[in-house]
Amino acid sequence: MRKTTIVTALVCLLLLAALTGCGQETPAAGEDPTNGGAPAQAQVVHVHNWGYFIDRDVLGIFEEEYGIRVIYHEFVNNETLYAALQLGGMIADVIIPSDYMIARMIEEEMLYELNFSNIPNYTLIDPRFRSLAFDPENRFSVAYKVGTTGLIYNSAMIPYEITSWSALFDERFAGQILMFNNPRDAFAVALQYLGYDINTINEDEIQEAFELLMEQRSILQAYVMDEIFDKLESGEAWIGPWYAPDFLTMYAHNPDLRFVRPAEGTNFFVNAMVVPRGSENRTNAEKFINFMVRTDIALMNMRAIKYASASYDAAVIFAEELNDLERDVVFVGPEEYALTEVFYHLPSHILELYDRLWIQLRGLS
Amino acid sequence: MKPKYFSIPYVGWMAMFVVAPIIIVFVYAFTTPGGEFTLRNFSDMGIFMPVFFRSFRLAFIATLLCIALGYPVAYILAREASRVQLVLFMLIMLPLWMNFLLRTYAWMSILENTGLLNQFLSFLGLPTVRIINTQTAVVIGMVYNFLPFMILPIYSVIVKIDKNLLEAAHDLGANSFLVFRKLIVPLSLPGILSGVTMVFVPAVSAFVITQLLGGGMVFLLGDLIEMQFLGTAHNPQVGSAISILMMLIVIAFVILMNKFGSGEEKAVGL
Amino acid sequence: MSKKPGFFGRFYMGFILFFLYAPIFVLIVFSFNSTRSRTVWTGFSLQWYQRLFSDGTILDAFYTTLIIAALAAVISTVAGTIAAVGFYNMRSRWRIPLTQINNIPMMNADIVTGVSLSLLFVSLGSVLQFRLGFGTLLLAHITFCIPYVVLAIMPKLRQIDRNLVDAACDLGCTWMKAFWKVIIPEIRPGIINGLIIAFTLSIDDFVISYFTAGGNIMTLPMQIFAMTRRRISPEINALSTILFMSVLILLIIINVRDVKQEEKLKKRAAALNQ
Repeated sequence: MRKTTIVTALVCLLLLAALTGCGQETPAAGEDPTNGGAPAQAQVVHVHNWGYFIDRDVLGIFEEEYGIRVIYHEFVNNETLYAALQLGGMIADVIIPSDYMIARMIEEEMLYELNFSNIPNYTLIDPRFRSLAFDPENRFSVAYKVGTTGLIYNSAMIPYEITSWSALFDERFAGQILMFNNPRDAFAVALQYLGYDINTINEDEIQEAFELLMEQRSILQAYVMDEIFDKLESGEAWIGPWYAPDFLTMYAHNPDLRFVRPAEGTNFFVNAMVVPRGSENRTNAEKFINFMVRTDIALMNMRAIKYASASYDAAVIFAEELNDLERDVVFVGPEEYALTEVFYHLPSHILELYDRLWIQLRGLS
Repeated sequence: MKPKYFSIPYVGWMAMFVVAPIIIVFVYAFTTPGGEFTLRNFSDMGIFMPVFFRSFRLAFIATLLCIALGYPVAYILAREASRVQLVLFMLIMLPLWMNFLLRTYAWMSILENTGLLNQFLSFLGLPTVRIINTQTAVVIGMVYNFLPFMILPIYSVIVKIDKNLLEAAHDLGANSFLVFRKLIVPLSLPGILSGVTMVFVPAVSAFVITQLLGGGMVFLLGDLIEMQFLGTAHNPQVGSAISILMMLIVIAFVILMNKFGSGEEKAVGL
Repeated sequence: MSKKPGFFGRFYMGFILFFLYAPIFVLIVFSFNSTRSRTVWTGFSLQWYQRLFSDGTILDAFYTTLIIAALAAVISTVAGTIAAVGFYNMRSRWRIPLTQINNIPMMNADIVTGVSLSLLFVSLGSVLQFRLGFGTLLLAHITFCIPYVVLAIMPKLRQIDRNLVDAACDLGCTWMKAFWKVIIPEIRPGIINGLIIAFTLSIDDFVISYFTAGGNIMTLPMQIFAMTRRRISPEINALSTILFMSVLILLIIINVRDVKQEEKLKKRAAALNQ
């Protein structure tokens, strides 16, 4: 009798410990879960970023300088980040989505306003990337990286010069074509190819883009996000649309690869750092944002991942380090900039249409 | 303290972590994001029917293949000498101890366009094949991952069949084929049935295999559910409705199969 | 089964073993490749093993997996043993529906279990102010492990001679004493089996963890999944090789020990007979 009571009590105690354990800060991967002391854990910042979107060494520098532990996570695309945040239970202090998703999060009141007195380095941000359409009064976000989309193809397999999105719908490349595995980027390609605005709210135009994408399915090899690196570098696939700066990373692994900004125009994107509601370390989050903007840190990140930073001084230094080809990929000249389009947040009935068509595209053929 | 009360803590646990979660899924399935009652999550389900059909079809094919490949293995295994049996049994189970993601990942290197299979084919001067990112690749992945789950229960039933029974049948003039058809197959049916459950359920809800070997081109129920909860089409209400429908179909299938199975068993007179 | 399998049977067995092991063999071979390619052999190197052991995220995920698996296995074995003994002593009117509920997590597709637990934790979390993470992951793992422990122990309980317990009670044992002195030793093999099953299930689980970790904590399978969706590195192959080899060596040790013990017993028996 006594022993069972003890065992039962032990089990209950363990359960209780487990429950209250997650009631406080949940230790993340690698953190010793037994070390639940509050003071040690108060100094953390949970960062969620895209894959391959930082020089990991800067995290160590931040930890050393600020005594704040960075718990770093990666997400696959804007939509999965949104889903995880909406579902709830996610611990996040700094997230780095792109423009249109930030606009949506602002509208749905998912973000905290930033306290800019904690972000003095904000003055380093290139004025062109302040108060953009997705955050017109610039209350919620600090721009991190900017760039365009484009086409990357294997010149050993495709001995023609590619200049248009039409290559993604070309039957000669059947079975060798990759496509964005997220609705907004995928539809943007189709809409631009058809000559429509990528933010169109004309349902007929979106429907037309959808039909084009449905046709493309039969010649497609795969829908990909970061898997594209492997598939293009190894020659497993010949052509795919992707974010321009990553071309330089792929090119370093496979010199047969070529990059082009299609003549129909491309998407100009801005990824910005924001603090989601529910963050329990807002000051740390702002310290981290401030740190990431700093010229030397921005420069480290640029050298590692090649994406142009929104920090003006760092971007100028980095531009000088690049050769002509690299500079054309990373930075956009004024003529090309005129051909780019920026994503806007779409009204909810259009978002629903996108969701419905996306599921149909992915699953119903 | 009476022993029958021992299970009370666990009954509480089940209420909390087994029953309550399923009730929550039901609640989600019948409400709007705003929390009002609705049937729309189900009435709009029509557009997902192709995914249901595809999932059940592929799971069906994978299960049949597992029976076709696994039954002879179990049968041969049961006839080996006991020492050999033990070693072979271990060899069949060993891959299960490696994470199934790794096992699936291994097939990527083999099936890719520039993968080992195609390298081998072109080495022999044969035309290459396109398997990766097709339904074939997904079915191969399912069969590979779940085959041991089919072999194990069939083997454990066959190995227990009374040898005297078989000898008696032989003595009464039945040839090997007749013995196999009239005795061994019916007697091993319970093994096949539990094997089918162990293969069919994970196959119908697979979503990792489809992403690794299907390249996003083969879209099954698991992908659909994942997409609604953590993927590119956030809608947990619809995701819950799909989960429930899938669950009910699977349960109905399993019950039906067991009914059929127990009928067969009676027919043999056991 | 009187007749030994013939040539065709052996050949078929060989084919199935080839089917099962060829992919694993490929994984192992390319873990020693000198370049990143998973399909073109370029030369021998150990660099992927070096990288693996200096990769903090993988090692972290590995520790998390081990801690979760150990805790989940121990807790679910203790809880499952107590529950099984309770079930065993219940009237079937109660026992049958309860064992059926116990079977739900085993019968249900993993993704449904994962999704439903995730919704539970999210709803509880918003009321009780907690987030998903280590705690919810552990609770989820315990939840899907207990049914298997119960399943492993129940048959052993049924084999116990009820008279044994009655005899113990007649001899003045309290029921609790009988539980510790009679029942537990009798069902020990079942308990150990349950522990092993729970541990392996927990280590291997991906789907349920994926939905109940809330993106805040990574187990090894989740880390592997993330790695396969990026630029794939042969570090995965190195990891597979290590995992496979450890299981293989473990199995060999266990079997060799069994065989040796068997031989010892045989020798002792022979010596006694003389």
